Amino acid sequence: MSQYKMHLLVCAGTGCHSSQSDLVYEMLRDEVDRKRLEEEVQIIRTGCFGFCEKGPIVKVLPDNTFYTLVKPSDAREIIDEHVIKGRRVERLLYLDPETEEHVLDSKHMGFYKKQLRIALRNCGTIDPENIDESIARNAYQALGKAITEMSPQETIDLIKRSGLRGRGGAGFPTGLKWEIASRNQANQKYVVCNADEGDPGAFMDRSILEGDPHSVLEAMAICGYCIGATKGLIYIRAEYPLAIRRLKVAIAQAREYGLLGEQIFGTSFSFDISLKYGAGAFVCGEETALIHSMEGKRGEPANKPPFPAQSGYLGKPTNVNNVETLANIPVIIMKGAEWFSAIGTEKSKGTKVFALAGKINNVGLIEVPMGITLREIIYEIGGGIKHNKKFKAVQTGGPSGGCLTEKHLDTPIDYESLTAAGSMMGSGGMIVLDEDDCMVSVAKFYLDFIVGESCGRCAPCRIGNKRLYETLERICDGKGTAEDLEKLNNLSNVIKDTSLCGLGQTSPNPVLSTLNNFYEEYKEHVFDKKCRSGKCQNLLYYVIDDEDCVGCMACVRVCPVNAITGAKKQTHYIHQDKCIKCGACMEKCQFDAISLLNDYPRAASTQVHA
Amino acid sequence: MEHTTGIKTLDDLKRKQEEVRARISLRDKAENPESLVQVKVAMATCGIASGAKEVMEFFALELDKRGIDAVVTQTGCMGYCFAEPTVEITLPGREPMVFGYVNPKKADEIIERYIKNGELVDGIIPQNYNTIES
Amino acid sequence: MIRLTIDKKTIEVEPGTTILKAARKVGVEIPTLCHFELCDMGIENKPGGCRICVVEVEGRRNLAPSCITEVQEGMVINTHNIRVLNARTTVLKLIISDHPFDCLVCAKSGDCELQDLARQFGIRTVPYGGEQSHYRKDTSPSIIRDVDKCIMCRRCEMMCNEVQTVGALSAVNRGFMSVVAPAFEMNLEDSPCTYCGQCVSVCPTGALTEVDHTNDIIRALSDPKKTVVVQTAPAVRAALGEEFGLEPGTVVTGRMVSALRELGFDHVFDTDFSADLTIMEEGTELLQRLRGHLAGDPSVRLPILTSCCPGWVNFFEHNFPELLDVPSTAKSPQQMFGAIAKSWFADKIGVNRKDLVVVSIMPCLAKKYECQRDEFSVDGNPDVDFSISTRELAAFIKQANIDFLNLPEGDFDDPLGESSGAGVIFGNTGGVIEAACRTAYELHTGKTLEKVEFEALRGMEGIRSATVDFDGLPLHIGIAHGLGNARKLLDEVREGRSQYHAIEIMACPGGCIGGGGQPFHHGNSEILARRAAAIYSEDERKTIRKSHENPSIIRLYREFLGEPGSHKAHSLLHTEYFPKSNEVTINMQS
Repeated sequence: MSQYKMHLLVCAGTGCHSSQSDLVYEMLRDEVDRKRLEEEVQIIRTGCFGFCEKGPIVKVLPDNTFYTLVKPSDAREIIDEHVIKGRRVERLLYLDPETEEHVLDSKHMGFYKKQLRIALRNCGTIDPENIDESIARNAYQALGKAITEMSPQETIDLIKRSGLRGRGGAGFPTGLKWEIASRNQANQKYVVCNADEGDPGAFMDRSILEGDPHSVLEAMAICGYCIGATKGLIYIRAEYPLAIRRLKVAIAQAREYGLLGEQIFGTSFSFDISLKYGAGAFVCGEETALIHSMEGKRGEPANKPPFPAQSGYLGKPTNVNNVETLANIPVIIMKGAEWFSAIGTEKSKGTKVFALAGKINNVGLIEVPMGITLREIIYEIGGGIKHNKKFKAVQTGGPSGGCLTEKHLDTPIDYESLTAAGSMMGSGGMIVLDEDDCMVSVAKFYLDFIVGESCGRCAPCRIGNKRLYETLERICDGKGTAEDLEKLNNLSNVIKDTSLCGLGQTSPNPVLSTLNNFYEEYKEHVFDKKCRSGKCQNLLYYVIDDEDCVGCMACVRVCPVNAITGAKKQTHYIHQDKCIKCGACMEKCQFDAISLLNDYPRAASTQVHA
Repeated sequence: MEHTTGIKTLDDLKRKQEEVRARISLRDKAENPESLVQVKVAMATCGIASGAKEVMEFFALELDKRGIDAVVTQTGCMGYCFAEPTVEITLPGREPMVFGYVNPKKADEIIERYIKNGELVDGIIPQNYNTIES
Repeated sequence: MIRLTIDKKTIEVEPGTTILKAARKVGVEIPTLCHFELCDMGIENKPGGCRICVVEVEGRRNLAPSCITEVQEGMVINTHNIRVLNARTTVLKLIISDHPFDCLVCAKSGDCELQDLARQFGIRTVPYGGEQSHYRKDTSPSIIRDVDKCIMCRRCEMMCNEVQTVGALSAVNRGFMSVVAPAFEMNLEDSPCTYCGQCVSVCPTGALTEVDHTNDIIRALSDPKKTVVVQTAPAVRAALGEEFGLEPGTVVTGRMVSALRELGFDHVFDTDFSADLTIMEEGTELLQRLRGHLAGDPSVRLPILTSCCPGWVNFFEHNFPELLDVPSTAKSPQQMFGAIAKSWFADKIGVNRKDLVVVSIMPCLAKKYECQRDEFSVDGNPDVDFSISTRELAAFIKQANIDFLNLPEGDFDDPLGESSGAGVIFGNTGGVIEAACRTAYELHTGKTLEKVEFEALRGMEGIRSATVDFDGLPLHIGIAHGLGNARKLLDEVREGRSQYHAIEIMACPGGCIGGGGQPFHHGNSEILARRAAAIYSEDERKTIRKSHENPSIIRLYREFLGEPGSHKAHSLLHTEYFPKSNEVTINMQS
């Protein structure tokens, strides 16, 4: 094989893919072919780089040049200038929002500086559809080492010593989970990879499967060796077609190489993996619901115990691990438990992948060591709040999580500290909110999601969350009462206390944490009929300024509900009880006399002397 | 993907890895360029006209052959058009050094003496300007 | 044994015991709603869905549902502290907030477990008002689904799927709109439902009820042109008393007859009579097939399956369409009664069949559908006009202001009111085959039975098998009650593995005494045992205990039918079966 002088890595993750990165790839190929550079330049489609905010991404190696927002039409310039003449295409470089200067390579980008990529180690570096590239990056060596040099118990002990905990939400120690499954005797056991990623805005598992499927396959086989299972199942949502394709390709290649199948590495250990598709129900991320769904039953959870480790898929002992958890396993085995446990905090070892979203400059996927502070994530990696607005809160843990506020900015992030702060690690969604966000509306948004995703099995979740949502809706509509605030509290606590599964037990968290941290905003909505952020439509008031109004009757005529009164050449008046907030009057007024206020008392007093 | 008869042992896997490592070695190296020997060949019109392409291929091939972990990249015109082909070599932890009039023979000497042993060889072009920090 | 403390009382229980059952042992009653159990039959529903039975387990983060949480060593449990009571009340208020407030006009008023809980908890307001979930009302020939009242306890789903393996009902939709319904929310009538009614018999609220035909009967009774006769199935007399506060197992045959007479029925007859008739026909068919089989005739199929149970008939028409020639062709006793009443009896009293209204009182909801089947009518006039359940009769008696408890003992009218003990035991699982054995034995061997009780055929196990000695001929008999058990025996028949000569099947657990139209047992399987005992005691009290010795039966054959299996008997008393497609047909119009 010839020695390529240059590698062009084109991100083919779902984010970049949807911004035409496949076309960028084709155009680069064409250019390279036309210039007869195919011997010197290798163009690879890789998994996600994480910096989705600025996709499509093209990274040029060896100089680490990081091109952002690349269009298919930029391909020729990249080849002509960078590849042939060695000159970077300045206009495609990342522009540092602070210094407003172009950043030459990824090593100098704030986004990557504080990251430590273990689970994402190969994402954006290798071609996920070519097993050779994975093998070149050590894939399947950990499996080989485990099954030829270590006993199952030694392997489990290693994972236990590493301190790895489940990355899907609850943070159960992975090694212990394997040990429990290994101790239950049965003629058949199963390893299940939970790829039913469902938090709004979260896509870390998808990125790993799209960018480095072999790390997950290898880890499943290691788990199979440890617990005594010969069958692995990946439960993946059908809305992840790219991840499904890459997994299929990876499984086929691994089988062809003999890395999956019978007698792996010449030992008596056999293991194979198949895919099971989910229909995208959030609750199917809960392991018992996931197992029901795989069995073809209604996707709803069951009471635990029995735990899946005792009686899971088809009644057999089953170990369920999340994608990100599994992606850590091979590295831990190769580099050792001590290496891994040196990263992170006392009780939370290693790294965590977060999907950074919301009012933040660098939206994307990041992997950071446990113990990093929110401030570092938001201001250094995330590049700060968009448009220099004021930070208000960050929502972690998805619909089951809660809000962290300014006072938590310097808290080191780990499982315990997030829980103590009234949120949770969850699967890694991190949504940044700024001063323009209404916290009651945020809670309402998450409850809306939960109401849609509750399976309906237990009464508190099925009906209670609906009632929570309705109460929040009333408050946002300006119809909330003091009693509603009390109800929110009691209902939330009872739902937490009595729901059947993790979904219901955590569903009121967005309400409780906003009640705890932003009670003032609730009170404003209820008692002052005011939404300080102006997000609640029904708490906005159209008001006519008597200074500017000339009494032209235009607004009176256009109002569809006759909410405006006033005679010609006299100041007009909007009756708030009739107004449906359609905005037609404001649009019609040629004298800018109508404004939209978010403060009812002021709105009222303005009108009193009118 | 190259055709394989199947991996039967851990040694098979390691052999396979050796076989395919070259595919991505550049990417591995790029992750940590400071720890490697960096060779930048000026490949503008002037350089290419004076034989820079041949020199670059020589470096790429020979460094690999002689087991030296290095990154060979091309770069634009360094401005020393009188001395083309020019090559900038950065040893780990050292300041970059620019060599002029490099041909394969010279390149061989640079590898053997400067890169391997850190001995200075003829043809060093003193840097006579500053550039903005990149 | 596991030691734990419940409300400061220490107790030792077997491992695997739930907190709920452990609590009962120390006299602590924890309220439940979705939990349901017929413990003697191994039937249990515990989806952990309603969360009414939550208790506090010290050291546990959240409350534990006591019906599914197993005890652990050293557990300390509080079942009634403020946290628990507040949670239970809040959850109950939530459930009520999504339930119609029309208790006054609900068919289940007074017999509703949700209503009972609301009363017990002293619920006076529902502060969590909001949107209620609404669904299409679905009326089938036997069962009405008003699932606005469904509380998602899933009992019906468990019955329909796990016990009966019918698969007509399961949870559909998600979240707030979740409800138990046929697939795609199609009509029950278009689903594989057998109308066994076990869903109705376990529904805690008014979501599943029977189609009420009482008003049709009142209309017929008040029509001077109509002659109205009534037949009562054997299992009704063993359960009707429960509706009037009598001990389960009290036989109320005489008072029932008097009540029916007071209600205005012109002739009060007994389905036991036509049960005897069934034995004559089915027993003859059994002997014929058996003799053919013994003679080596390859065209004879064995085993023969009983066909008295209409839920069972629906089940095999849906699920075993290739086995339609295996069951006996004999009609059920209800339909045999109708056919004879509207021919022989109508002629006898000189009434046109169109002016004769035949009403049946059944422990069963599938009978409502059965009497509406096309093949059981002549020129559009059904052999049996209306079938009402034991529960509907009780309500009818109460509505008519009849003092049931103080009624005199009445006797059935002649000729269709006379019956043998063999007809009575049709009400129990194993009863039909026992009755058939009594007759077939004597007909086959020509000898008189020394002991008419075939104890080997009795009992409550879901599947039973016994070998009856027919004077040297060992007759292998299988018995199944509950359609899930029936399916197992039918699978054996389909695969050619069945060892039996004859199989009796009843759709409902326990047989007709546990039918879908019986008074609600609320999960008390002791009630079923007492009803079964009552049926056998009624048999013992009879002087005639074999169907072929019933004088009215003998007379019927002599005067009208000729021999069992005669041409006339065939045209009146036998039927055929039709394959029912399980294809999904969705009719969304209501």
